[in-house]
Amino acid sequence: MLLIPCPFCGDRDETEFVYGGEAGNERPADPGAATDEAWTDYLCFHDNPKGPHRELWFHRDGCRRWLTVERDTWTHELRSARLSRP
Amino acid sequence: MRHQPFRAAEGGHLIDRSEPLRFDFDGHRHEGYRGDSLASGLLAAGVRIAARSFKYHRPRGIWGFGPEEPNVMVTTGVREEARPNLKATEIPLSDGLRASGQNAWPSVAWDLGGTLGLAGNILPAGFYYKTFMWPARWWHGLYEPVLRRMAGFGPAPAAPDEGFHAKRRIHADVLVAGGGPAGVAAALAAARAGARVVLADENVRFGGALLRAPGEIDDGDGLAWIDVATAELEGMSNVRLLRRATVAGYYDHNLLTVVERAGEDAEPGAPATRLWFVRAREAVIAAGAHERPLLFGGNDRPGVMSASAAGGYAHAYGVLAGRRVVIAGNNDSIYPVARLLRGAGVSIVAIADTRPGSEAPDLPCRAGQAVERALGSRRVRGALLRRADGRAGDRGERIACDLIAVAGGWSPAVHLHAQARGSLRYDEERGLILPDRPGGANRTAGAAAGRFDLDGCLAEGWAAGIAAAASSGREQAAGEPPRSPDRSAGDAPVFWQMGAGKRFVDLQYDVTAADVDLAAREGYRSVEHVKRYTALGMGTDQGKTSGMAGLVLLSEALGRPVAQTGTTTFRPPYTPVPIAAMAAGLIGEGRDALRRTAADDWHEARGAPFTAAGHWRRPRYYPREGMDEAEAIAAEVRETRAGVGIVDVGTLGKVDIQGRDAAAFLDLVYANRMSSLKTGRGRYGLMLREDGRVFDDGVVMRLGENHFYLTTTTAHQHQAMQHIEHLLQTVWPELEVYATDVTEHWFAAALAGPGSRALLGEVAPELDLSNEAFPMMAVHAAAVAKLPALVFRMSYSGELSYEIAVPADYGLALWTRLLTAGREHGLTPYGTEAMGVMRIEKGHVTHAEADGRTTPDDLGLGRMVRADARSIGVRSLDLPALRRKGRQQLVGLSVIDRQARLPPGCQVAASDDMQPAPPLGHVTSFCYSPTLGRALALALVENGRARTGQTVHIASPVIGFSTAAEIVPPVFYDAEGTRLHV
Repeated sequence: MLLIPCPFCGDRDETEFVYGGEAGNERPADPGAATDEAWTDYLCFHDNPKGPHRELWFHRDGCRRWLTVERDTWTHELRSARLSRP
Repeated sequence: MRHQPFRAAEGGHLIDRSEPLRFDFDGHRHEGYRGDSLASGLLAAGVRIAARSFKYHRPRGIWGFGPEEPNVMVTTGVREEARPNLKATEIPLSDGLRASGQNAWPSVAWDLGGTLGLAGNILPAGFYYKTFMWPARWWHGLYEPVLRRMAGFGPAPAAPDEGFHAKRRIHADVLVAGGGPAGVAAALAAARAGARVVLADENVRFGGALLRAPGEIDDGDGLAWIDVATAELEGMSNVRLLRRATVAGYYDHNLLTVVERAGEDAEPGAPATRLWFVRAREAVIAAGAHERPLLFGGNDRPGVMSASAAGGYAHAYGVLAGRRVVIAGNNDSIYPVARLLRGAGVSIVAIADTRPGSEAPDLPCRAGQAVERALGSRRVRGALLRRADGRAGDRGERIACDLIAVAGGWSPAVHLHAQARGSLRYDEERGLILPDRPGGANRTAGAAAGRFDLDGCLAEGWAAGIAAAASSGREQAAGEPPRSPDRSAGDAPVFWQMGAGKRFVDLQYDVTAADVDLAAREGYRSVEHVKRYTALGMGTDQGKTSGMAGLVLLSEALGRPVAQTGTTTFRPPYTPVPIAAMAAGLIGEGRDALRRTAADDWHEARGAPFTAAGHWRRPRYYPREGMDEAEAIAAEVRETRAGVGIVDVGTLGKVDIQGRDAAAFLDLVYANRMSSLKTGRGRYGLMLREDGRVFDDGVVMRLGENHFYLTTTTAHQHQAMQHIEHLLQTVWPELEVYATDVTEHWFAAALAGPGSRALLGEVAPELDLSNEAFPMMAVHAAAVAKLPALVFRMSYSGELSYEIAVPADYGLALWTRLLTAGREHGLTPYGTEAMGVMRIEKGHVTHAEADGRTTPDDLGLGRMVRADARSIGVRSLDLPALRRKGRQQLVGLSVIDRQARLPPGCQVAASDDMQPAPPLGHVTSFCYSPTLGRALALALVENGRARTGQTVHIASPVIGFSTAAEIVPPVFYDAEGTRLHV
């Protein structure tokens, strides 16, 4: 079970968090102008690397802040955790 | 005193001879002492056959001393209290304990399956892939029941475990796994350095290998030193000692689980098991080592035992595992064991030391000899010794004995190190699999790291404790490490095997050397595949004794080095964890929060049965004298539609939204426009997921220019709040909006029915309730029943209706005052059932319809969506898949048989032939409408709106149900809304 270093609450168990998928999946600024392909790419196609991965975690049972976490999907090493909105 | 024929006259540091205990095994009464394990009690009583083997039903006796025991698993207790598959070595003896053998009939001593000797020929390795295949129809009727009877362990208890089990979560600087010399030294060093230490050991007493054999530490008795150290640790506030507690699992980020079993000394009310979750900055793995077997014919006979266990029973319990012993071994550890056994009164008839040139003048040493075969069928009656180098012409020598103590060397317990994804290395010279690079913040010390001398264990443990404490920032002076004169290396040749016949590698799963050979001949190369094919190492002992033997045999059969074969994956748990311990806190009452609205006490007093809605409980209906459930629900509907009803809607999610950009934000969150709302008005809102499917619905009220109050469904309130926070924090962080979950801050009740205006007017005299002053979707702050309230005119029931929200602390007061005032108006409280009936009559959707697959258009709500693709989900509605023809659409079903009752899970089919075919759709909601006097349903049907007027069939083929229905628009009642705008 991961131990996630929440910038507000300190080291907390994974069970307090909700996984939020890949971070930095930029929403097209003008969705109406996005092609179907560009839109489905944003919607459905996410990176799934073996290794370092930037991802979102929501501290549901804590400060209720969304965090951007750098996690190695192979070793589970957490390299950083910061607020998604500083 | 009852007879304990194999109890020595004295000795046994774990037992208290002043306290005899009675116990029962397979219907026979025996006696042991306080402190005995079931295994030592059985041995003292002379019970040699204590189990029957998994496949072959061969008689088996006790092999080991602790969790490595492969043979003797028993069931304790009877009937509902029965606990199967417990290792006799791990069960503390208690007065009145009842235990029975497994996989045998009528008893382990006289087992029909073993007597017939049938199993041996039909159950080779992988038998389940090869035999009993044809005819297939015989499988269920014959093969499976017979095999299940013949092969297996104890049956699972039929009744739930009513015992008390608990979980605890703690943090520590250093967790020390194992309380032998290395572990105690590590704990002492770390604790003196100032670290918060948890020391866990599987035994009732710390000491590890010193429990089994004496040793010397700091010029005194080793166990006495352990006791002094333990006492010091016990007195330290930064130390927690866990006895009878096995570190079972090592998980990510240094989370370790410890299974603690209540002992005889447990305080009253203590849980039977406690599962600890320890988040440790550092772990010290001092888990010891397991003695290896030797392979020879009949090496599974009762009376063949691990030499260190035989010594251990004598030393710890004063129990003689035999009277005449042949010791067979390949390393120096056999001589101390021999002297220990001789001192306890056992006659040492021969020591077969496979190494030529071994000498021990005081003992009958046979250097260069090995046991080729155990003699005796039901138990050991002798040993056949032969030259270990297998030179021809040696006819061997038969020696009578009743115990063969086997010392095949040691396998370090690398399990926890490997579970943490540490790498292993094979030391060819020493024949040991050893921890290499750690995979977590841990270090391994002592025998688990391949140090078998007492002095080395103490030194390594101490150093590991100092280092672990330092890593967690604790560096106080810890004093001098303990020392021991024992510096023997204790290494052994890799492995020794000899002889023919059934030579068992894995005693628990009856895997023989021939089975491993067979697997190799059949083409298995990977050790993981061989494990699964032969079941080697898959038992509850997890290959603690068999793993190394199997690995060596496979490597030999494949003609490649052991290091190339590799080990199987070590997975948690190290030792079985009772399901009840894992389930503690996850089942029954208290598994989850229960949320009650402010009026909950009133509902309960009225005897309302509750239904779960998320974490909330809601009253389903209010029982009435002389009416059954359906009649009571129908009465609630009729009285509401004809007069006035009241329903508790305090469970709805409520969110307060404020800030400069609040209106703009809500335009983005909802598929319909909110910024055009006037202050004091509200609007039904539809939230989509980004993929265009309907996510949630509710009402948005504008309380001020930059202040909104919105409701979500009861079911999705957490997801909706999380969704809003996600958008604010990650998608549009530039917006100045503050969202606060106020679900618990407000209680709400809805007055519904044509009489609601008159009733509300009475309790809220300051409000002008005329249709002109207070139209649909208007909101006013006002005193209701003398309580500060928000009154909102909206309707879910389809009747003239007002929702009244008050601060939650006033909730019960509002509810009871409305009920009191409503008495003269015939006010009827109604529950979720009547609410559901009225919403189906009106064709409102719930999550049964907005099921995560439907778009607004599918639900007939397409008109609500405004053409602004910036709003969440709106762009997706333009994707071809969501626009294509043939999507399922919401329709009403008017059931032809007006009194029909639909079972759950009905399909909508074009024909009633009940033949397999893709359905047109499915029924999402059903009710009997007392208002219309007929059965109604909502359904999602392919091209549903275009099928209006068609007859379809509602079918549940699994139960053979079918009934006809006409497709109609989904609003069955007052489609024009004339009852709302009055």
